[in-house]
Amino acid sequence: MDIARLDLRKMWTPALLLIALALFATLPLYASRYLVILLTSIAMYVVLTGSWAIFSGPTGYISLAPAAFFGLGIYTSAVLGRTSPLPAVILVAGLASFLVALFVGALTLRLKGIYFAMFTFGLVELIKYFLLWYEVEFTGTRGRFVVVVDNTTIYYVMFIILATLLLTAYLIRRSRFGMALQSIGECEEAAAHIGVNVNLLKTVTFAISAIFIGMAGAIMATRWTYVDPYIAFNPLFSFMPVLMAIFGGIGRFGGPILGAVVFAYLEETLITRFPYYYMLLFGIVLIIAVVYLPNGLVGLAQILQKRISERRHAHTGR
Amino acid sequence: MPILEGEGVTKYFGGLAAVSRVDFHVEQGEIVGLIGPNGAGKTTLFNLISGALTPSAGVIRFQGREITGLKPHRICKMGLARTFQSVKVFPNMPVFENVLLGALFGKPDGVSVAHAAEEATALLEFVGLSAVRSTPAKDLTLVNQKRLELARALATRPQLLLLDELMAGLNPTEVGQAMELVARIRDQGITIFMIEHVMKAIMSICDRIIVLHHGVKIAEGTPQEVATSKTVIEVYLGE
Repeated sequence: MDIARLDLRKMWTPALLLIALALFATLPLYASRYLVILLTSIAMYVVLTGSWAIFSGPTGYISLAPAAFFGLGIYTSAVLGRTSPLPAVILVAGLASFLVALFVGALTLRLKGIYFAMFTFGLVELIKYFLLWYEVEFTGTRGRFVVVVDNTTIYYVMFIILATLLLTAYLIRRSRFGMALQSIGECEEAAAHIGVNVNLLKTVTFAISAIFIGMAGAIMATRWTYVDPYIAFNPLFSFMPVLMAIFGGIGRFGGPILGAVVFAYLEETLITRFPYYYMLLFGIVLIIAVVYLPNGLVGLAQILQKRISERRHAHTGR
Repeated sequence: MPILEGEGVTKYFGGLAAVSRVDFHVEQGEIVGLIGPNGAGKTTLFNLISGALTPSAGVIRFQGREITGLKPHRICKMGLARTFQSVKVFPNMPVFENVLLGALFGKPDGVSVAHAAEEATALLEFVGLSAVRSTPAKDLTLVNQKRLELARALATRPQLLLLDELMAGLNPTEVGQAMELVARIRDQGITIFMIEHVMKAIMSICDRIIVLHHGVKIAEGTPQEVATSKTVIEVYLGE
C-alpha cells in the first residue's frame, strides 16, 4: 500500500511542478498589472522565508540577518545598476551576500541560541549605520536613486530566483548534508562526534541561504527607485521571514513556503482594504496562529488529514 | 605502541582541577575500564580524549599521532568513536538515519549512500534494533537508545571505542546483554575504553582497570589487583 502511494506521488509532483512553471512563466501575458505586482511581492517573501528556512529550519539557529543581506543586495543594485547589465547586478548582489555571510558565519556560528540571534540582528544595524556614516562622510548624500526596471522583468527575475532557491533547497534536503544539518539541530555535540564538520557545514549553508536574499534585494530595489540605509536595512525584513516560517510551520520545508504565501497575501489584502487597522488585524492573526497553531499551517493540515483518514477507517470498520 | 596514550593530561575548570596530570595507555585489542566515585573526572577525561574539551596541559596520542585539542569530527574520522553518559541520539530522526549519519560522515574518506545504508542496516541487525528502524529515536526505551548510540558509533568504523556508562540504568538482564555485545565488539578487533559503575560488568570483562579519584589516577591494574587495592577500597568505602 505504501509503495502504491509513493508511486502516485512521484507522478504527481513533477506534473504539478510543470503546470505551475508554465502558469507562472506565461502569466504576465494575460494577467492584470496588479496581479503581476502582487505575485512579485509574494514571491519576494517566499524567497526571504525559504532562504531563511534552508539554514534556520533544520539547525534551529534563529538568524535575524536576512535584512542585512537584503540591504546588501539593494545597495549593490543602487551602486552598480547604472553601469552594469541587470543579470550582472543580480549575480554580484548574490556573491556579495554570500561572502559577507561566509565571513560573519565563520565568526559567529559558535554562538548558540539567543546569542546568535542577537548578533545577527546587530549585524543589520552595524551595516546600516556604517553605510550611513560612509555616505554622509564620503559621497555627501543620504540616499541613492536606483535604475528603474519594468514590472514584468522584475516579476521574471524574482521567479527565476525563487525557482533556483526551491531547487537548491530540494537538493540540500535530499543530500547527506541535509540530514547532517538536521542532526546539528537535534544534537550538535553528537553530530560533531560522528564526524560532521559542524562549523563548516553551518557556515557554508548560512552563506548559501544569503545568496538568494541578496539577489531578491537587488531586484526589489529597482521597484523602489529611491533607497537610503533606513529603507534598505529595515529590520522588518529580518522579522518577517521568521514570523512567516512560524506561521507556516518550521518542521518541514513546505511550511515556511506556505506561510510566506498566505502571510504575504494577507498583508497585501489587509493593507489595501483596511489601511488604518491593518497592523492591528495583522497582530491578531499572528497571535491566533501562535496560540492555536503551534506547528503552523502545516501542522493544522496534518491534524485535519489525520481526522479525515480516521473517519474513513471508522467507516470501513463498520 | 599503545593505541591510545595520555601524558600529564590536565583540565582546569576555573581553579578546580577536574583532571590532574593523568597518565594512561590503552593497548590494541584490550578492554580497559575507567572507574571512580562520582565527580572523579572520568567523563571529563573522555571529553578530553574525544575532543569535546581541550586539555589545559598534557598530550594525548592516538595510534602514535597527537590528537590534543583537535576537533571532535577530526578525531572521529581518525578512528576514535564514543557514546555519551546521558544519551545523545538525534531524537526526531528515525533510528536508521541516526546510524546512517555515522556511516556517511564518520570515515576518513567518502562513501556512497547505498554503501552506508547497507552498513547501517547490518549494524542495526547487530545491536538488535532492526524491528524499530523507522521509529523516531526519542520513542525508544533507554536501553534501546543506548544500543542505538552504540550502533551509530560503530558506523563510523572506529579502531577505538569509548563507552561512557553504557550499562547505567539497565536491569540485570539488559546488563548481561550489553556485556555480551561489548565482548562481541572486541572480538571484531575494536579496542574498548569504558567508564562503568556496574562493578559486576567491569570486573568480568575488563583486562585492566584505571581508577580516578578527585581527578587523580590512584590505581591501575587487573580487576583482581584493583579490587584488593587498599587505596581503592578506602576511596569507595571510606577509611
